Amino acid sequence: SDGGVTGPRRFLARCAGSVQWHFRSAPVGVWAPLAFVTLLSFASRFYRLSEPPHVCWDETHFGKMGSYYINRTFFFDVHPPLGKMLIGLAGYLSGYDGTFPFQKPGDRYEHHNYIGMRGFCAFLGSCLVPFAYLTVLELSKSLSAALLAASILIFDTGCITLSQYILLDPILMFFLMGAVLSMVKYNSYADRPFSAPWWFWLSLTGVNLAGAIGVKFVGLFVVLLVGLNTVYDLWELLGDLSLSLVTLGKHLLARVFCLILLPLALYTAQFAVHFAVLNKSGPGDGFFSSAFQSRLIGNNLHNVSVPEHLAYGSVITMKNLRMAGGYLHSHWHLYPEGVGARQQQVTAYLHKDLNNLWVIKKHDSNTDHLDPSHYVEFVRHGDVIRLEHKETSRNLHSHQHEAPMTRKHFQVTGYGINGTGDANDFWRIEVVGMKAGKRIKVLRSQIRLTHLATGCILGSSGKTLPKWGWEQVEVTCTPYVKETPNALWNVEDHINPKLPNISLDVLKPSFPEILLESHMVMIRGNSGLKPKENEVTSKPWHWPINYQGLRFSGVNETDFRVYLLGNPVVWWLNLVTIGLYLLMATCAIVAMKRGVQLTAELKELSEVLLHSGGKIMLGWLLHYLPFFMMGRVLYFHHYFPAMLFSSMLTGITWDTLLKFCAGCLSCSLGRRVYTYGTLALMLLIVYSFYLFHPLSYGMVGPMASDPNSPMAGLRWLESWEF
Amino acid sequence: MLGFLKQPVVVSAEINVNLVALTVMGLVNRLWALSYPQAVVFDEVYYGQFVSLYMKRIFFVDDSGPPFGHMLLAFGGYLGGFDGNFLWNRIGAEYSMNVPVWSLRLLPAVTGALCVPLAYQILVELHFSHCAAFGAALLILFENSLITQSRLMLLESVLIFFILLAILSYLKFYNLQKCSPFTAGWWFWLLLTGVACSCAVGVKYMGLFTYMLLLAIAGVHSWHLIGDQTLSNVSVLCHLLARGLALVVIPVAMYLSFFYVHLTLLYRSGPHDQIMSSAFQASLEGGLARITQGQPLEVAYGSQITLRNVLGKPMPCWLHSHKNTYPIRYENGRGSSHQQQVTCYPFKDVNNWWIVKDPGMQQLVVSNPPRPVRHGHIVQLVHGITTRYLNTHDVAAPLSPHSQEISCYIDYNISMPTQNLWRVEIVNRESDTDVWKTILSEVRFVHVNTSAVLKLSGASLPEWGYRQLEIIGEKLSKGYHQSKLWNVEEHRYGKSQEQKEREVELHSPTQADMSKNLSFMARFTELQWKILTLKNEDTEHKYSSSPLDWITMDTNIAYWFHSISGAQIHLIGNVLTWASANVATLVYVCLFVWYLLRRRRNICDIPEDTWRRWVSAGGLCVGGWAVNYLPFFMMEKTLFLYHYLPALTFQILLIPAVLQHLTDHLCRSQLPKNAFSALIVAWFSSIYLVYRTFSPLTYGEPTLSAAELRALRWKDSWDILIRKH
Repeated sequence: SDGGVTGPRRFLARCAGSVQWHFRSAPVGVWAPLAFVTLLSFASRFYRLSEPPHVCWDETHFGKMGSYYINRTFFFDVHPPLGKMLIGLAGYLSGYDGTFPFQKPGDRYEHHNYIGMRGFCAFLGSCLVPFAYLTVLELSKSLSAALLAASILIFDTGCITLSQYILLDPILMFFLMGAVLSMVKYNSYADRPFSAPWWFWLSLTGVNLAGAIGVKFVGLFVVLLVGLNTVYDLWELLGDLSLSLVTLGKHLLARVFCLILLPLALYTAQFAVHFAVLNKSGPGDGFFSSAFQSRLIGNNLHNVSVPEHLAYGSVITMKNLRMAGGYLHSHWHLYPEGVGARQQQVTAYLHKDLNNLWVIKKHDSNTDHLDPSHYVEFVRHGDVIRLEHKETSRNLHSHQHEAPMTRKHFQVTGYGINGTGDANDFWRIEVVGMKAGKRIKVLRSQIRLTHLATGCILGSSGKTLPKWGWEQVEVTCTPYVKETPNALWNVEDHINPKLPNISLDVLKPSFPEILLESHMVMIRGNSGLKPKENEVTSKPWHWPINYQGLRFSGVNETDFRVYLLGNPVVWWLNLVTIGLYLLMATCAIVAMKRGVQLTAELKELSEVLLHSGGKIMLGWLLHYLPFFMMGRVLYFHHYFPAMLFSSMLTGITWDTLLKFCAGCLSCSLGRRVYTYGTLALMLLIVYSFYLFHPLSYGMVGPMASDPNSPMAGLRWLESWEF
Repeated sequence: MLGFLKQPVVVSAEINVNLVALTVMGLVNRLWALSYPQAVVFDEVYYGQFVSLYMKRIFFVDDSGPPFGHMLLAFGGYLGGFDGNFLWNRIGAEYSMNVPVWSLRLLPAVTGALCVPLAYQILVELHFSHCAAFGAALLILFENSLITQSRLMLLESVLIFFILLAILSYLKFYNLQKCSPFTAGWWFWLLLTGVACSCAVGVKYMGLFTYMLLLAIAGVHSWHLIGDQTLSNVSVLCHLLARGLALVVIPVAMYLSFFYVHLTLLYRSGPHDQIMSSAFQASLEGGLARITQGQPLEVAYGSQITLRNVLGKPMPCWLHSHKNTYPIRYENGRGSSHQQQVTCYPFKDVNNWWIVKDPGMQQLVVSNPPRPVRHGHIVQLVHGITTRYLNTHDVAAPLSPHSQEISCYIDYNISMPTQNLWRVEIVNRESDTDVWKTILSEVRFVHVNTSAVLKLSGASLPEWGYRQLEIIGEKLSKGYHQSKLWNVEEHRYGKSQEQKEREVELHSPTQADMSKNLSFMARFTELQWKILTLKNEDTEHKYSSSPLDWITMDTNIAYWFHSISGAQIHLIGNVLTWASANVATLVYVCLFVWYLLRRRRNICDIPEDTWRRWVSAGGLCVGGWAVNYLPFFMMEKTLFLYHYLPALTFQILLIPAVLQHLTDHLCRSQLPKNAFSALIVAWFSSIYLVYRTFSPLTYGEPTLSAAELRALRWKDSWDILIRKH
């Protein structure tokens, strides 16, 4: 046989005692390093945690939302509630009273206790390192690979910065890594299925999955990873002919229960808690339907009592029936030149406002129906009416000019002076599924307004108007008669002193309804986060090359500056490793396919590379590639989940490469190459951390472009802003 | 010498009568009364304008796809002697005498007809019986929607033709692979696969889906080849290289060549010039080229220039200033410098002229010899008509309060000094001493005192700024963005020192004595980029539909309506075929999963070669359906029923495959077999009947009465135009 193939075997056979390949044989050799990396991790995350003592970056959002939970005020956010609930809980337990307003970044905390919330996030962020250590150890059975992966995460400035503030990311990454670790663990108990640890890790995977999606929808990617892994797992089991169909059924059911039903139940439970805690009216009300709002204490629909039937002279607000539809709104501003006729704007507005009020009038008379001498006349299905805007006394009007955004619809404007307009102000009011002549009910009737002259229907297109329209939602008159909620409205507020108020207890929606509605609102909110014209945004291809960071705190020379940027040495090492991994994996897989005879040790190496590395690589791809297809605004920190996978891959790949190189050399030389290679990589990482640590722990003094700055010479890329 | 005469010369020909019959039937069925109606039908109004532009050699940009399809249609017009003189503005407009309707519609019709024999051969190459193959061809033949789409000047039938051709050639190639690799036939089919793929992509970007599918299938087959240990390493490498050449290199080269022909044919300037960069426009005959032809290349101190923003969004515009000043207070109460406004103006105007001045000298004319401006030089920009200097200072811009205001400096004696020095940075420079060139150089102006960068914000100013676009100085300028780049468009060397003379000079047209050309690759890259990034605003159409409506054909499109006779053409499919195709897909997937799971447990229900045939048929047909259908769920553009036709074609091919499988393997004895065959015949007859029933809507004649039309409205969601009397 030739020397190149026998080399590794000789080396491994002789050197097996000196290098610890298998950890089960040496428990102390595992726990001591684990304790060591955990300690380092906690130390690096908790060091200078209270600095800077002011609101940094997105703390203004998530801190505020934590306060909302403490105050039990209802709000709206595009992410699911778990992360913010945990922040709120951490704040509550650590004695924060929820009174700090979190208005804008840079506000000082003064006497408010913010350390509890930061500490909670830092705690979860610190757990990432032991999780990564254990995952890599389990996958590669190699201590040095695990240490390499752990040290990359410990000494990455980006991970440290992101863990030190009140943000969702450390919480998300905690659950994500937790899911990966438990998945790997339960896979490793494949030889003892249905044993206690197997059940423990399997159900823990489910719990972590629920946590991951509960924090951000990005958690879906890890669900996908676990899902693919499980499908592969089941496929292998199916091919094992020694298993009976009953056993297979048990395997399948166990996974369905732990990985689908359990997470779903927990996820739903989070929302149940969320809705139970937030029972007071707050800034998020307007995003939700009238029925939803009636649940909230302090909302004008809570325990509502209004006149039941619409009458002429009533003052009303109309809400669009589409999910997250706004109130019909108008204001003194005109449509700008070039956008249809220069008349008053009519929009849909998500917030409650006096400009949402409209008065129902008869189309052919301008009498004041609230005059006590008049008798009450109800509005009936099929009547022709005129809607007068209460604040500006202009009529709801439409004509054959194109609408501002949806060019094929007609423009809707406010027209006329003090209620005197023209025939284009007349609308036929109809209720879905009702016969002519019936009265129209508040809240319950689904109303359609048909423009009399053109036959089009009043609707909200859901598109956001540009700056001139205050970024409110476009209202149009659509000539295409389709039954969609876009073209239906309900009456929400109703003021008419001449009618008796009746308490309405019809609205209370069921839990599945509010769950569904809140998801629709979140999805719409997420897709509404579009980048603005000409705005320089972060692109996914920027991220792995560490092209540009995010300013967490401070701009000027005198400020305490924190800049979220990955440790460039670590990140570029990760980037190179991905290429290296692909190269090595291709070589290994082609060699195996071509039937090259490999030694047992080489087989073991390629097994680790292809299977364990493959899982991690898949994780990286799943957490990175989808961003290329997203239309919403993207930020640098979206890459961090993928970066965790990338770091673990680096550990595995370099360890395999060094083992392979060592195997080709003689025993003593090989061992030296292996040890010094690993050490060199770690020293490189530690030294680069020494260089770049001020990015996380704060920089004061001149900017890096100034030669006197402590960061002078470290601005390796023009695009870094420190 | 004459040895060959010793043997008699024998020509023996083998003719597959099936194929000939199918081709003839296809041609009859697609070409019958082709020039009726003599009016613009549906999207002919859209493609027609491009055909006209081709005839007139006028440049255009169409964001709907690459140019090969348009070129093919234009070729039809060329053969028919079309001069391009027709106003394509309204669906239903009668064609004038000079429009060769027949030859314009010929190519789509012929390609549509050829899909019938192609379908036959594909099934044969998949190793199904000739009977099943004949069935597949008949289903394509009697599919009303495919007929409608082929008989008009539209591109879908051409696309489907190339897709099927690519599939067929790959199958032929693959079947030859086993017995005779590297023979002439092998090479022919392999190369034809690549060519057909690139043609499909060249017609519509939708062709990419099938191309990707074929690449994936070829990838899997190559992977098996790598695993074949009877082949030497060298021969495996040769196989891989041949595939790489035919399936990657050739399609890319062909794709480039489409653009090459496109750009060679269209050399005159036209309606879409404004979208393109100055350099591109200058390469076209007429338009900007007429103005810029012969202007000096190197910008020198004293040059008179107009500066165009490179981004061109929201509209192309030039750096502009005029006498009016910023209002002292804006609507929201913020103050301004009250100096002269600087804007970006989307029209050519004498106020767009600026003079490049050396800060160290007073003169505003070009010296002899001219002193060129290089990268890194510091200049002042003087507005030609008002002689004020481009200036910026720490005052908030009118609409973007985080950025600095840009003004033309007026000294109010209020201790607000001039800050009018700008550093010229050529972004696309080759070396650091590059000269600033007209049209070619993309330049960033960096303010010397504040390092703000001159930028187009994209917002339009209110009434006081005449709704022109806002120009700002961005302080913390990060990264590269086209809104910060400017290029010189018009340029001449200034001669007049006196202001009065200079005004006359600025008003006069630029003189000429030099020309330049952009390389093909540069023009290709720019055009390709514009095609991909241009967005049409129209997101709603009366007949637009969502992908979910397509499977069940809940929607149709009225293509044409004769207002007097009431004759009409609709895109409406053969309902029975569509339903059967869906059933076949469902049956296939269920059976496939069933077999797959059972095989994993080592239970083989069907013989190995049947299984392989079953997998390859499904991979191609179900895979083809999926890749041509599912991506539409992620698209945000306006979608129509005709986008589903390629997917439908694949789905139809699956029906006979499934039927044959069911007859062969699930009907064990003779009796059910016969019953099943009888059922199939009955089903085929009903497909023919449905085809006949709907053919008045497919061919547009005979004209139906209102009652007959009402009877054809099988689904409530169909929009068939019935006139009220």
